[in-house]
Amino acid sequence: MKEVRIHGRGGQGSVTMASILAISFFDDGKYCQAFPSFGSERTGAPVQAFARVSNTPIRTRHQIYDPDYVIVQDVTLITSVPVAKGLKDSGKLIINTEADLKEILKKFGDNKINETNIILFPALKIAMKILGKPIVNTTLLGAFSAITGEVSIDSVKQEIEARFGSKLGKINADAAQAAYDYIKGEKIGF
Amino acid sequence: MKKVLEGSMAISDSIRMAEPKVISAYPITPQTHIVEHLSQMVADGDLKAEYVMVESEHSAASVVLGASACGVRTYTATAAQGLLYMEEVIYNIAGMRLPVVLTVANRAVSAPISIWNDMQDSMALRDSGAIQLVAENNQEAYDMHIQAYKIAENPNVMLPVMVCVDGFVLTHTFEVVETIDHIEKVREYLPPLNMEYTLDINNPFSFGTVGEPSVYIETRFRLSNAINNSKSVIVDAANDYREMFGKYEGALIDPYKMDDADTVIVAMGSVLGTIKDVVDELRESGKKIGVLKIRSFRPFPADEITDALKNIKNAIIIEKAVSLGKGGILSCEIRDALYQHRINSVNVNGYIMGLGGRDITPKNIYDLIIKAEKQEDVDGEFYGLNNELLNKVF
Repeated sequence: MKEVRIHGRGGQGSVTMASILAISFFDDGKYCQAFPSFGSERTGAPVQAFARVSNTPIRTRHQIYDPDYVIVQDVTLITSVPVAKGLKDSGKLIINTEADLKEILKKFGDNKINETNIILFPALKIAMKILGKPIVNTTLLGAFSAITGEVSIDSVKQEIEARFGSKLGKINADAAQAAYDYIKGEKIGF
Repeated sequence: MKKVLEGSMAISDSIRMAEPKVISAYPITPQTHIVEHLSQMVADGDLKAEYVMVESEHSAASVVLGASACGVRTYTATAAQGLLYMEEVIYNIAGMRLPVVLTVANRAVSAPISIWNDMQDSMALRDSGAIQLVAENNQEAYDMHIQAYKIAENPNVMLPVMVCVDGFVLTHTFEVVETIDHIEKVREYLPPLNMEYTLDINNPFSFGTVGEPSVYIETRFRLSNAINNSKSVIVDAANDYREMFGKYEGALIDPYKMDDADTVIVAMGSVLGTIKDVVDELRESGKKIGVLKIRSFRPFPADEITDALKNIKNAIIIEKAVSLGKGGILSCEIRDALYQHRINSVNVNGYIMGLGGRDITPKNIYDLIIKAEKQEDVDGEFYGLNNELLNKVF
């Protein structure tokens, strides 16, 4: 079983992202689970959402404390929320930012988070270019697919289209694909 | 068909398959998604029902009471303070022997205000005459609602059935649920409601009139018998469902890895999933441990529980509610069941956990097992308290 913890702010679509990720896992033939952190969610307040994927049915219900992957939708959270807490040694921390890696690593201030397990990804930049809106969840889903290989980009795009309808779905799927291509080294245009 | 559904969607989809004619509800977290989905289905014409908007849970329960007395299938859903506000009406629904099905998205009660999950709300209606079934996961929540109508509408039962589903932990979790493809199969399992007594202008009846001292106790006796005798109907509903839809999650209880167990954890609802994963790991290291799921809390399956537990050493009861001024509720009833059968060889330890949405982790359960096997006769001990906080809260 692999576990994903998403840190965002109320209104950024963290819960939507977790549920699209879960359904994409399912489309790939896996069992899945996604749930929010059940907070008093207000726009802008730090929120968490969780997703699990497994080859066997998932029974456990507890929140995710030792994630395989952490996705941070808003880089300003890293100074106020312990986003890297419990990250597995083999885990990956994916952060939406255009900031310099050294600057970000300084903010974590311990050796556990280093060049080998942190991935900085300009989700906002790609989202602004394609969607024209600062909505980064679909872009981050494409990046997650490319970085981790845990979910196929085709399933991600299919579920994004299913969730947002024909017009919004199409451009959000394009954003996911652009993010995927960016990570895979085809950074043309960004 | 297998799909990924949020718990609330699974429940509303299962209600759609049961085809109630009248739905009335008042929104309250974490139940709201369920009735939002249903009102959408009614608006879209996917469910031919009357959706009655009301100004309170008391009115919602009153609407389904009245509609049910007219002889149609009904549905409502609520949680926490909303359920407490419905309580007066639910006693009436049970007393009038009306087969209303309602979902309780289990949530802690105030004060302090908590939108999060525990089972205090449904426990408060323990003695109302409503049958209480508790779902472990969203598949079971889906299946249980269809079974609930079958049980409620059985002529020998004719009682409200409350399907308890852990708020947020199930209602807001997306997971794989296998839904029924053909509504005709549900219609076959669940034939049209046919009530012997209904409100009918051509054949006038009164419901819930004065029960003078000369008749009141007899009606309560009949009610008591009806809920006690519903046990066999609950078992049949589960077995028939398995036969028709190939799904079975237990009937009154459901034992898990109990055959040679000397320690058994007893619990209800969504926490069972986490417990079962811990038990699997302990089994791999050779520990003889099992799980007993209580699926029907009312009627309380005292004989079945006794039979399941009589040969074990330690029963560890985990519950998300407390009888203030007494202690554990489930643990008290289990101890009583064993006493009735003069079984005194089982060490029953009851713990209260997870109140107000406090997460129950596998580590909590490991630690509790180690602790419980060293303790005796614990009656509703609060487990997992933050001692630093205790000096700061009133």
